[in-house]
Amino acid sequence: MNTTWIILGATSAMARAFARRLAAEGAGLLLAGRDMAELTLLAEDCRLRGARLAEPLTFDARDAGGFGALIARLETEEGELNAAVFAGSMPDQSLIDADPALIGGTVTDSFTGPAHFLQLLAPLQEARGGGTVVGVGSVAGDRGRIGNYVYGAAKAGFHTYLSGLRNRLTRAGGHVVTVKPGFVDTAMTWGLPGLFLVASPDAVAGDILRAVKKRRNTIYTPFFWRYIMLIICHIPEPIFKKMKI
Amino acid sequence: MIWKPSDYAGWGRALKASGDVARPERRAQAQSLSAQTPAPAMGMRRSYGDAALNSGGRMIDMTRLDRMTGFDPATGLLEVEAGARIGDIAAAFAPRGWLPAVMPGTGFATVGGCIAQDVHGKNHHHAGSFGQHVAAITLLQHGKTVEVSPDTPLFRATLGGLGQTGIILKAVLRLMPCKGDVMMVTERRAEDWEEHLALLDGSTASYTVGWLDATAKGATLGRGIVEEGETGAGLVKNRTRFRKVPMDAPHFALAAPVVRAFNAAYYNRVPARGRTLVKPIGDFFFPLDKIHDWNRLYGKRGFHQFQCVVPLAAAPELRTMLEDIAASGLASPLAVLKRMGPGRAGYLSFPMEGYTLAIDFPNRDLARALILRLEGRTADAGGRLYFAKDGLGTGARIGAMYPELADWQAEVARADPDRHLETDLVRRLNLRNAQ
Ligand SMILES: Cc1cc2nc3c(=O)[nH]c(=O)nc-3n(C[C@H](O)[C@H](O)[C@H](O)COP(=O)(O)OP(=O)(O)OC[C@H]3O[C@@H](n4cnc5c(N)ncnc54)[C@H](O)[C@@H]3O)c2cc1C
Ligand SMILES: NC(=O)c1ccc[n+]([C@@H]2O[C@H](COP(=O)([O-])OP(=O)(O)OC[C@H]3O[C@@H](n4cnc5c(N)ncnc54)[C@H](OP(=O)(O)O)[C@@H]3O)[C@@H](O)[C@H]2O)c1
Repeated sequence: MNTTWIILGATSAMARAFARRLAAEGAGLLLAGRDMAELTLLAEDCRLRGARLAEPLTFDARDAGGFGALIARLETEEGELNAAVFAGSMPDQSLIDADPALIGGTVTDSFTGPAHFLQLLAPLQEARGGGTVVGVGSVAGDRGRIGNYVYGAAKAGFHTYLSGLRNRLTRAGGHVVTVKPGFVDTAMTWGLPGLFLVASPDAVAGDILRAVKKRRNTIYTPFFWRYIMLIICHIPEPIFKKMKI
Repeated sequence: MIWKPSDYAGWGRALKASGDVARPERRAQAQSLSAQTPAPAMGMRRSYGDAALNSGGRMIDMTRLDRMTGFDPATGLLEVEAGARIGDIAAAFAPRGWLPAVMPGTGFATVGGCIAQDVHGKNHHHAGSFGQHVAAITLLQHGKTVEVSPDTPLFRATLGGLGQTGIILKAVLRLMPCKGDVMMVTERRAEDWEEHLALLDGSTASYTVGWLDATAKGATLGRGIVEEGETGAGLVKNRTRFRKVPMDAPHFALAAPVVRAFNAAYYNRVPARGRTLVKPIGDFFFPLDKIHDWNRLYGKRGFHQFQCVVPLAAAPELRTMLEDIAASGLASPLAVLKRMGPGRAGYLSFPMEGYTLAIDFPNRDLARALILRLEGRTADAGGRLYFAKDGLGTGARIGAMYPELADWQAEVARADPDRHLETDLVRRLNLRNAQ
């Protein structure tokens, strides 16, 4: 069947690896983000790797006015319509502490912007009787920590949104995969201190694609983060609140 | 963050460096780094020694600029960014009937690294070096893009030029038609040195390489297996399961008796009358890539690879070197003998018509002394050392090994007058000043 994916935040290294895997399967790709020069290079790369279609498109999570054009473009493709959200931003918590106005943008990039877009897409997917949504959240959304709790809160909101969307799309034959990566070797984490067990973007992309095929609901990637987070979430709050992790 | 404080090493893990590394994910970032904080580039650090190290200085990791950005099926010309890996290009294009014309023994090597070392493959005797199939290069010099075309001094200084003429941003490669993504491989035993050279000399196959049992002495000195390959079409299941060496091996893992036993088994696995097999291309070209981090097998002290090439007429001198190696009992199972053609593209390109020997040694005092002896013998024989492998050379005889060194130095002095791009290897061998 004809499959088309729109990838939001396609310049992320994780998204690039995911797009390449889809390209090798011959999928159609709409690569959306703010950096058209980079998206154009990626589109050519995906075509050479076998994508049926690969097209760069402008998507700014903070400019909902542009979403309609993306939806209209998607609508012209026949067959199954899928979306994968990699967009997100993680300003240093100390910058947010100094300027709380940054909270709005962080939440828009990682949660409300993509959610707004997915909300416009859902009726289309329902009308076509299916389709998949991949939402990249984060283990940081499982519990708020001193180091990045605004980003974590945005991701937690996104997780909750995705679980509701799953509930909705399931009724129409669709599916939603919530992805919670641990540390991944990308621009977001390059040079940050204290990282461990850092996964490659391609390994994460492989896990995501497998989860899509198996219609998994929520995955941690790499898998062991499920157990790390299980422990972290079970630390009693009186102790946790004094910890610095 | 832009700069990541890093401890990193060459592939042999015997030579190490610390310093800040930037890894641009976008072209504009590479451009601004080149303009504001010029530093040498690194690829996948598959060079064994210190070619991709800059102790105390900065490096720019190019592996994320790895996109294929244009292909013309009429000419086979592929435009690709410098960080793309050769194995990825092969995997994407072989099913469509194209391969990089020259591929080194690891698919992890990047296009930038292959240009900067002007690498050779198992088809060097026919196809020449990597650079002979490069139709254009785009360099970043002080933030400006510079187009480099073949037959210019800047091109010859860039091919095999160890990154000293600028950051390679992208290149146009002339791919070679192939029949498909499997290999027909014929393996034959060579019982001794003479037979080994005779099989290599007589081979008419597209791809030819000899594996050498460097522990064999006396009458069996130089014995090994000559592999010949041709591409073909067919269906062989690609084994995508990779294995990984999870930790540093203890030092006895590659002790002399173990290596002797392994080599004997490896040799005897091929029947005396030879055999022909069908393999996925990756298994033929990149046999070690299936075992990730195999360099940890040598333990934490790491290892050195020695690789030289000597003129055809110096085969007897090469035999003497092999005698020294066999007598030392220090050799590892990884030893390769190959006949090279004359093809080379740059002033500092390694290849010359002759025989090349590559062999790994654990990083120990005796092995280091042996490698220094071999360096001297190589120079005496009119041969040269390979910068992609070297970690111990003294540089004293580099000028004799590389007669076009002065041409290279002149071009590099123009391209990087303030010496921002010097690496540990360039300093160790005094390449930019010598003679
Ligand atoms: C298992 C194995 C088998 C091998 N087999 C062969 C073989 O058969 N034939 C052969 O010729 N070699 C062989 N090699 C060596 C290897 O091909 C070279 O060392 C090659 O340069 C590695 O590429 P890299 O991307 O890792 O480059 P690195 O090792 O990271 O860098 C090599 C040099 O290139 C420069 N460089 C890298 N990228 C850029 C860039 N974008 N711009 C400017 N300069 C750059 C670096 O500064 C450095 O001087 C082998 C290595 C291994 C580990
Ligand atoms: N790296 C990790 O360890 C890690 C761990 C857990 C979760 N994650 C999540 O994984 C996803 C991918 O991140 P990454 O690690 O690959 O880092 P990244 O390179 O910084 O990717 C972030 C992506 O978000 C896009 N983006 C940011 N703000 C946007 C906006 N206003 N509008 C549209 N796009 C916007 C960026 O696109 P442009 O700037 O090009 O427009 C970029 O493609 C993110 O959601 C991140 O939160 C990462």
